[in-house]
Amino acid sequence: MSPAILDFVEFSLAGLCVGALYALTGIGFVVVYKATRIINFAIGEFMMMGAYFFFGLAAQAALPNWAAIVLALIAAGTVGGFLERFIFRRLIGESAISVFMVTIGLASIMVGLVEIAWTADPRSLPTFLPDQPFFVPLGSAEAFLASKNGWSFIIVAAIMAAFITVFRFWRGGIALRATAADQAAAYSVGINVPGVFSFAWILGAITAAAAGILVGSISGISSAMGAIGLSVIVVVIVGGLDSLLGALVGGLLIGWLEAMASLYIGGEYKQVATFVILLLVLVVKPYGLFGTHDIERL
Amino acid sequence: MQSEGDARADGPILRVDETSLAFGGLKALRNVTLKVESGSITALVGPNGAGKTSLFNAISGFYRPQTGRVFFEGRDITGLSAPARAKIGLARTFQNIALFRGLTVLDNIKLGRHAHLRTSLVEALFYYGRPRREEMELRAEIEQRIIDFLEIDHIRHAPVGALPYGLQKRVELARALAMKPRLLMLDEPVAGMNREETEDMARFVLDVREEWGVTILMVEHDMRLVMDISDHVVVLNFGEIIARGLPADVQRNEEVAKAYLGSGEIGSEVREAVAEIAAL
Repeated sequence: MSPAILDFVEFSLAGLCVGALYALTGIGFVVVYKATRIINFAIGEFMMMGAYFFFGLAAQAALPNWAAIVLALIAAGTVGGFLERFIFRRLIGESAISVFMVTIGLASIMVGLVEIAWTADPRSLPTFLPDQPFFVPLGSAEAFLASKNGWSFIIVAAIMAAFITVFRFWRGGIALRATAADQAAAYSVGINVPGVFSFAWILGAITAAAAGILVGSISGISSAMGAIGLSVIVVVIVGGLDSLLGALVGGLLIGWLEAMASLYIGGEYKQVATFVILLLVLVVKPYGLFGTHDIERL
Repeated sequence: MQSEGDARADGPILRVDETSLAFGGLKALRNVTLKVESGSITALVGPNGAGKTSLFNAISGFYRPQTGRVFFEGRDITGLSAPARAKIGLARTFQNIALFRGLTVLDNIKLGRHAHLRTSLVEALFYYGRPRREEMELRAEIEQRIIDFLEIDHIRHAPVGALPYGLQKRVELARALAMKPRLLMLDEPVAGMNREETEDMARFVLDVREEWGVTILMVEHDMRLVMDISDHVVVLNFGEIIARGLPADVQRNEEVAKAYLGSGEIGSEVREAVAEIAAL
């Protein structure tokens, strides 16, 4: 097995694992966008917030890891619900750009609050994933995959499977799709539309927080980690803003492309690759790979 | 639906009391008082901008009138939200069809029952017991009664967005029926339809009243349809009720003719139009 191929496979695996985390965060974005048509530019900061909640509970309050994870997710969901109820619900009917600007401001505020509470220093999260690395057999050789990456991928896959099941079989999932399709019609058949909005924000915040905890456990946390949100925004634009499947495929694609760019061009260029893809998609398929075409009036 | 329906066969199913609604300086409804008798087909007519849809929105809870009360089956529902009103049996359709685009016909219709299902998240995940039973019952009823009745069997798995207009209107009616309504509010059920589609819809509306025992309140511009199938006609103009009564009486009402045709000098075209309406 030539080292070039081995490199390619190892980078691909690592890239797909990062991509899975992009996908998970992307889902947090898409759920909110689908229900409320709000572009949540603070998605990276929602990740950061989840990671810091976990850090505070596990490292500082010294709770067991599982309890810290559950509590961090609950806390993130509470923040999401609170923001919907007291900020975003009041902005219903405002122009999309104004609401978008509010999310940008919100991102700054969240960074500021985290720095007040935990300072801007990078920190590492307590490890809660097994540290046995994975070896993927590849002909006569074996491709190495870091434990945290591998486990993140598995966890994300499990969460995705749960998501798909819930949205397929639970009528709340149908209510969300219905609200996304037509709010007036949803109202008229007895769907609690404000309730759906709250639910979407809570779910979006929890999803992003889960991704944040996993990202933090791989590469540590800092108040600047929200910058990952930029890649996530690219992921959801590429996948189509309102498509869960798009977030999944887009996440894996962007994660893999970034890995390829850092292998063949150099790590400092991986964002360039991301944004080149963004430009290409916007030119060729402006609604993303799986997005709904909005202009469809007959 | 069987035995409950008989218990309150008499008296108005819906009462709107002295309701006024304004958008800034524009008075959409002025002191409107209205009764819809149980088991009737009541038509709400009036020129464009008369406030018909505003009244519909006030009844179904989409608008909050500044004054007035709404009673449904004797119960004051003024404070209830639109979803809560849907839950207790007020179903409606929209002037510009409001369907869930992207979902299939069957999913759209099933969503009509959304508010009545009790299944919780955990139960749904296991899909055993109540969710299964509810789903089966829902399916059976929707398939046997609603889909067959409205003759939309052939398109049940089609995405609604791709259907022709007349069929979309029918799917909207099907979804409203799935809501187990006691009062069905139809906002221009035959607008934009050709004669044949209109006749089909008229037949469906009459059958809904006969077979389901559902009271119907509709806004409609098609005067021939209104005269043919309604028991009671209410005429709105500039947010006020200017006439009400049997279709034939309303048709002869001079004020109604004025509202529709203007009060100025009656030219020959207008006279022809009056003659046409009278001939219907």
